[in-house]
Amino acid sequence: MRIRHLPIIEIRNLSFSYAGAQRKSLNNVSIQIERGDFVVITGPSGCGKTTLCRCLNGLVPNFYTGDLSGEVLVCGKSIRKESTGSLSRHVGFVFQNPENQLFSLTVERDVAFGPENLGLVREETRRRMEWALKATGVEELRDRAPYELSGGQQQRVAIASVLAMRPEIIVLDEPTSFLDPKSSQEILQVVARLNKDLGITVFLVEHRLDLATRHSNRVVVMDKGSIVLDGLPEDVYNERAHLIGIGMPKVTVLFRLLRQDGIETSRTPVTVEVGIEELRKILRS
Amino acid sequence: MISADGVHFTYPNGNEVLRGIDLRIDDGEFLAIMGENGAGKTTLIKTFNGLLRPTKGQVFVNEIDTKKTSVASLSRNVGLVFQNPDHQLFCETVRDEVAYSLRNFGYSRDIVERRVKGILETLDLVPYMNSSPFMLSGGERKRVALASVLVWNPQHIVLDEPTIGQDYQQKDRLRNFIVQLNSQGKTVIMVTHDVEFVAECRPRVMLLSRGKIIGDGRADKILTDGRLIDQASLLHPQISLMFSSFNDLPHDVIDVYSAYTIVKKRIRGSRNVIASL
Repeated sequence: MRIRHLPIIEIRNLSFSYAGAQRKSLNNVSIQIERGDFVVITGPSGCGKTTLCRCLNGLVPNFYTGDLSGEVLVCGKSIRKESTGSLSRHVGFVFQNPENQLFSLTVERDVAFGPENLGLVREETRRRMEWALKATGVEELRDRAPYELSGGQQQRVAIASVLAMRPEIIVLDEPTSFLDPKSSQEILQVVARLNKDLGITVFLVEHRLDLATRHSNRVVVMDKGSIVLDGLPEDVYNERAHLIGIGMPKVTVLFRLLRQDGIETSRTPVTVEVGIEELRKILRS
Repeated sequence: MISADGVHFTYPNGNEVLRGIDLRIDDGEFLAIMGENGAGKTTLIKTFNGLLRPTKGQVFVNEIDTKKTSVASLSRNVGLVFQNPDHQLFCETVRDEVAYSLRNFGYSRDIVERRVKGILETLDLVPYMNSSPFMLSGGERKRVALASVLVWNPQHIVLDEPTIGQDYQQKDRLRNFIVQLNSQGKTVIMVTHDVEFVAECRPRVMLLSRGKIIGDGRADKILTDGRLIDQASLLHPQISLMFSSFNDLPHDVIDVYSAYTIVKKRIRGSRNVIASL
């Protein structure tokens, strides 16, 4: 079973510029993502995060054309050779703006659309739809029209429609942007459960690291089309991440300020729980 | 001044989104409107520039009833920046987009150029001024939408989720910019879910839930009230969550810099006590 050890996503020397654009959106990006990873991608706006996401299901270069060099393998398949439709069996994509991916007249129809298109039997389609509606807390919206929902409700439906495909990888491009904080927390918990219980690989673009960090085992920071930091959250936040301008959790920022004043801690807190422990130690000493 | 008197709003499908809103926003105030998805925040701000007219009750802008005037006339006083920039961008270049309203208002070429240049610089958009807005990232498009409203210098600036898609540096810049606008006497009203951004800005905070106002007051009071936070589907700012675990630290601290100052003072204080022994 050698294939188990292959990275689920392998990107080698990837560069891309959109047709007509003067600058490169991605510049020599190489990264391997292991099966079951929960990776948070962050970085200044315009740094190439969304373009990198688009490469994972072949939207780049199949839909967004341009000049692409290097290689992207997803579940061992090259995005140059596979259609976006074929890659969608492996990669579920949740867009930044849910309005871009909802089109049916009812929420139920939208969530059932993917499984129906896979040619699944009616019972299985219904079972997946019910599960996805429940997992994202939109059961009571099932008969509503997506366009009349609030932005947050729409994003939940968009996530449900992707979950119903039961993909191996879920790529989420700032999925909590339109959600209220409690719903954001709940959605990220749902995504974390999918990762933990079902082993789905998560590739999450987020600015709100205060909510996302606790679920991730890896943080990747991009800047100007390249990957500049990659590692465990506490290691990445310890480095020069703040100089690049990523929104580190406030608890991390507090301890960085204290460290600049010579008040050291044994760990870099990235969650409130660890922050409380470290603050207790500081105040006691 | 913007005020609302018993405002109700029901969409044509029968969905009653605002259920009796009374408020008063004085000139020069800085207000954050927060609340759960579907609470009615966006609907409420759309009544401020006449895009929506109350189905019951009245909204007044500078004492003029919004039902008795046009959106075009109201928009000179109330600049609304939408949550989704794609709803307001349509020109071929960023520069044209930002210049559009000024040209429509009939300003001279010199003034248009000067103002457009100024706002593009402030919002870090100069490198993209000849690009199509649709070639930009979500965060960049959001800034173009913001620039295209701020450029005509309305008295009341209403921002629907301005921090979405913005990175830390841009949020910082946005915060400074808002504070600057506010200090020039502009009224700034923002709808936001971004608790940490509000904790750093510390505006007056109004909480909406199911079409009603459930809380209104200083940021440090509202954002540390567990019952209100829960009701409005918000989360506590990380700093207040940490501090509330300590009996001997104040529980109304919400921003990093205040927390840093307090902890530093405490440690210095105890070091001085030890040194004096």
